[in-house]
Amino acid sequence: MNKKILDPAVTWKEITPGGTISDAGNAHEFKTGDWRSDRPVWLSDKCKQCLLCVPVCPDSSILVVDGKRTDFDFDHCKGCGICAKACPFGAIEMKEEE
Amino acid sequence: MAIRDRLSGNEAVAVAMRQINPDVVAAFPITPSTEVPQYFSAFVANGKVDTEFVPVESEHSAMSACIGAEAAGARTMTATSANGLALMWEMLYIAASSRLPIVLAAVNRALSGPININNDHSDTMGARDSGWIQLYGETNQEAYDNMLMAVRIAEHPDVMLPVMNCFDGFITSHAVENIELLEDDAVKAFVGDYKPEHCLMDQDCPIAVGPLDTVAHYFEHKRQQAEAMKNAKKIILEVSAEFEKLTGRKYGLFEEYKMEDAEIAMVVINSTAGTAKFVIDGLRDKGVKAGLVKIRVFRPFPVDELVAALSKVKAIAVMDKADSFNAAGGPLFTDITSALYGRADGIKVVNYIYGLGGRDVKTDDLAFVFDELQEIAKTGKVKSVYNYLGVRE
Repeated sequence: MNKKILDPAVTWKEITPGGTISDAGNAHEFKTGDWRSDRPVWLSDKCKQCLLCVPVCPDSSILVVDGKRTDFDFDHCKGCGICAKACPFGAIEMKEEE
Repeated sequence: MAIRDRLSGNEAVAVAMRQINPDVVAAFPITPSTEVPQYFSAFVANGKVDTEFVPVESEHSAMSACIGAEAAGARTMTATSANGLALMWEMLYIAASSRLPIVLAAVNRALSGPININNDHSDTMGARDSGWIQLYGETNQEAYDNMLMAVRIAEHPDVMLPVMNCFDGFITSHAVENIELLEDDAVKAFVGDYKPEHCLMDQDCPIAVGPLDTVAHYFEHKRQQAEAMKNAKKIILEVSAEFEKLTGRKYGLFEEYKMEDAEIAMVVINSTAGTAKFVIDGLRDKGVKAGLVKIRVFRPFPVDELVAALSKVKAIAVMDKADSFNAAGGPLFTDITSALYGRADGIKVVNYIYGLGGRDVKTDDLAFVFDELQEIAKTGKVKSVYNYLGVRE
């Protein structure tokens, strides 16, 4: 099966039978960021780059580039706040999503 | 050359399964369907089939195992009755909506309670909206033939829906009748190999089955499922035509018996059709223009074809071996009247709930119904639309 992105515009004639998902690793295509009611704010001046926040994120939404964390992947972060609890330096604040 | 034999309905269906040689059978025993997996497990034990037989601990597990196997790409079958079918309920919908062409021998039995092991149609009628194709058969021969055709119908790329092969518990399942079987090779050639377009075991083309379907997609899947059910009617007729070439036995969406010039008609499902034909023959001898429509395909419901068959009669009795408890009529009655509405208005249609829990349906009972139909046809007046037949008043 060719990889199909079943975006919200897909018609019943094109959708895969029974909701079958083709190809592996395509959860990335499903944007869950809009489920968020609280938003983590990364305070980079307080961040020591200890990376304790990275493995606790259930949505793999803290991206690490060259051994350093970058800002959140807000397409997938659901705003659970675990990273803010895990941070020993108060470098992540949870704010209500607007 | 066909093989002449004498078999019970259950044995005939088990023989059909042996000839089909499915990849997986997962089943749990329940009267009156028990003999189907019982005979079949003997075929497994004796090396007559290559099937993986899964003796599960419940019908919920049976259907779950069938779903897993079918999704993996295995041709899969099971059998059940009554409360067993009820315990499968959740999984019936999942099988249909996941578009898995499982074949189920549904041996009709009254659904408890009060607990009763005898025949009526309350089990499969309750499952009529589960998304399964439902075929019904009057005789052992029809149960056998439908089992063979069910595989082809279910697995057709334009359909990909599960099929229930329904026949009456004890009356058909346990009574021995003469039957004509196909040669094993002929069945093998007729059903062919099962090659689904996509399946879990296809390592070159990995898929995930049964994901969460959110607001954005669920509705489109249901629309697609509805289309498959619409497609099924054509495919059923195509497969039946091919089967007729092979066997000489003709199957349509329903059978018409002496309907050409009929003025009054009965609509019935399964074994009672035999009794009704006998009564009609007697009436015809007396010059009464009575006819019968015996439903074979209940899902999809052949609306246009039924209207064409019934539109010339003056009065119709729809016989339901299950009640809907809607205080208005049984499931077949409401579907027939819905079909006629706006397409063939003015025909008087009455409903009889009959034979619940295995109550015998005698020729006198059906003769009484035809008497009532004659009266309705003559006077144009209907005393009562929704009736119970053969119950002690």
